[in-house]
Amino acid sequence: MLQNYTFVLILSGLALLVPVAAIVLGHFLGPRRPNPIKNQTYESGVETVGDTWVQFRAQYYLIGLIFLIFDVEVIFLFPIALAYQRLSLFGVVATITFVVILLLGLLLEWRKGALEWE
Amino acid sequence: MQHWSTTLTNFFVGLGLPEPVAMAIAFIIGATALAIFAPTLALGLIWITRKIISRIQDRIGPNRVGPYGLFQTVADAAKLLSKEDISPTDADRVAYNLAPILSVFGVIMSTAVIAFAPGIIGADLHVGVLFLVALGSLGILSALMAGWSSNNKYALLAGFRVIAQLLSYEIPMVLAMLGPVLLAGSMRLQALSEFQSLEIAGFNIGLGWTAFIMPAVFLIYFISALAEGEQTPFDLLEAESELIAGFHIEYSGMKFAMFFLAQFLNSFFLGGIAVMLFLGGWQGPFVDQLPILGVVYFLGKAMLVYAVTQWIKGTFPRVRIDQMMAFAWKVLVPMVLALILWQMIALKLPAPTWVQYAAILIGNLGALALIVVILNRHLSKEEIRTKRAFEPTSLIGTMQPAPPSPGN
Repeated sequence: MLQNYTFVLILSGLALLVPVAAIVLGHFLGPRRPNPIKNQTYESGVETVGDTWVQFRAQYYLIGLIFLIFDVEVIFLFPIALAYQRLSLFGVVATITFVVILLLGLLLEWRKGALEWE
Repeated sequence: MQHWSTTLTNFFVGLGLPEPVAMAIAFIIGATALAIFAPTLALGLIWITRKIISRIQDRIGPNRVGPYGLFQTVADAAKLLSKEDISPTDADRVAYNLAPILSVFGVIMSTAVIAFAPGIIGADLHVGVLFLVALGSLGILSALMAGWSSNNKYALLAGFRVIAQLLSYEIPMVLAMLGPVLLAGSMRLQALSEFQSLEIAGFNIGLGWTAFIMPAVFLIYFISALAEGEQTPFDLLEAESELIAGFHIEYSGMKFAMFFLAQFLNSFFLGGIAVMLFLGGWQGPFVDQLPILGVVYFLGKAMLVYAVTQWIKGTFPRVRIDQMMAFAWKVLVPMVLALILWQMIALKLPAPTWVQYAAILIGNLGALALIVVILNRHLSKEEIRTKRAFEPTSLIGTMQPAPPSPGN
């Protein structure tokens, strides 16, 4: 089994090498004539006004939080799915309760308006 | 079926090399083959896309460079290689340069667990499906890094949309992937492909596709994969009429090419995952007798799914962001959770296997019918509302004589 991960390790080295080599090659093959105007931020030819990294809407943060909850749920569900055929009745009931609680959580978020996008 | 690395290792051992060295050489050959296969495939995919899109738009498409314009993408890649590499002064250097590398890294790594044929898979990991999900998140991370680090307002807006869209659609996609895993009881992609065989009178016709048992789950996966691959109905990340080019607006030359490559490969591999999980993988007639035929079946099916996504790309309008978010959280996630729940109950019914599968199928069809009815009612209500909003209200009876001014 460990051999499989050796293969993944070798491939990860090559997968890093391909884009790095392409970018470095492009860097040396292309012309290099930088000037201050060319290196400005491109916003349709209009000069940039103000700072870009500003505070943004809390809605994105909320979506990120809901995503986190569901992603953790998925991580718990995959091992259960693998062992599902050997699961006892207690295990099945526990799993179903787990999913139902999350479904109810989603309904609560829906009722509270966390899923409304304006 | 013997794994390809075993065959290669035995070959090198036969040449007189010690076993660890032989195995290392075999692995390096396999990994190099995959790392070369992915970019080459991308060149082909871009050509296919351009041909399909141009046919839909009543054009001929590339037809000058090489037969049928096949080498057009090679020429384009060479052109991008000779372009100046401009990086804006205000950008956050580390994240800006790391983003294109990470995006390509993610897609090339996902070739490791793609089951091409019996015995032909880079590494048949026990956590194959989770491995693919994790690499999908790497793509999201690179898009977010590119959007944030460019220090450009359009790119930042695209970065916000990355959070909104890719995170939202990841949940239904991963939950839909749970369906076949629950059925087969394994996350190994080779085992999932093997599971989808169907023997009739001792002959494997390879049509035991999980998509036949759970069509609704497959549909949810396909829609979410369209959103994850930034394909047209959900291509808000690079809505060129609003955001110019989305998160890769500040990239030029080879760095831009890397994002381009990653995007095409990503949508192909999402289709490939759909094939492995739902459409039988390498299963097909005579694949038991001649395993190499599996490569043809797998690539053929994956290309077909890819062609369908490009067809959608050529014909669908773009959705609005609030419609997109509502569709993910209010339609797909509750539906897929309910379907998984039903599948869990159905698999524990005290009945023969075919009854359990029939129960899952009935649940899926019922869910599809329910969702069509609900969406239909919602959309017809929306239609009446928009009609009312645009109707010119009559002015008759609303005109009043001007009030006498105090001066008179």
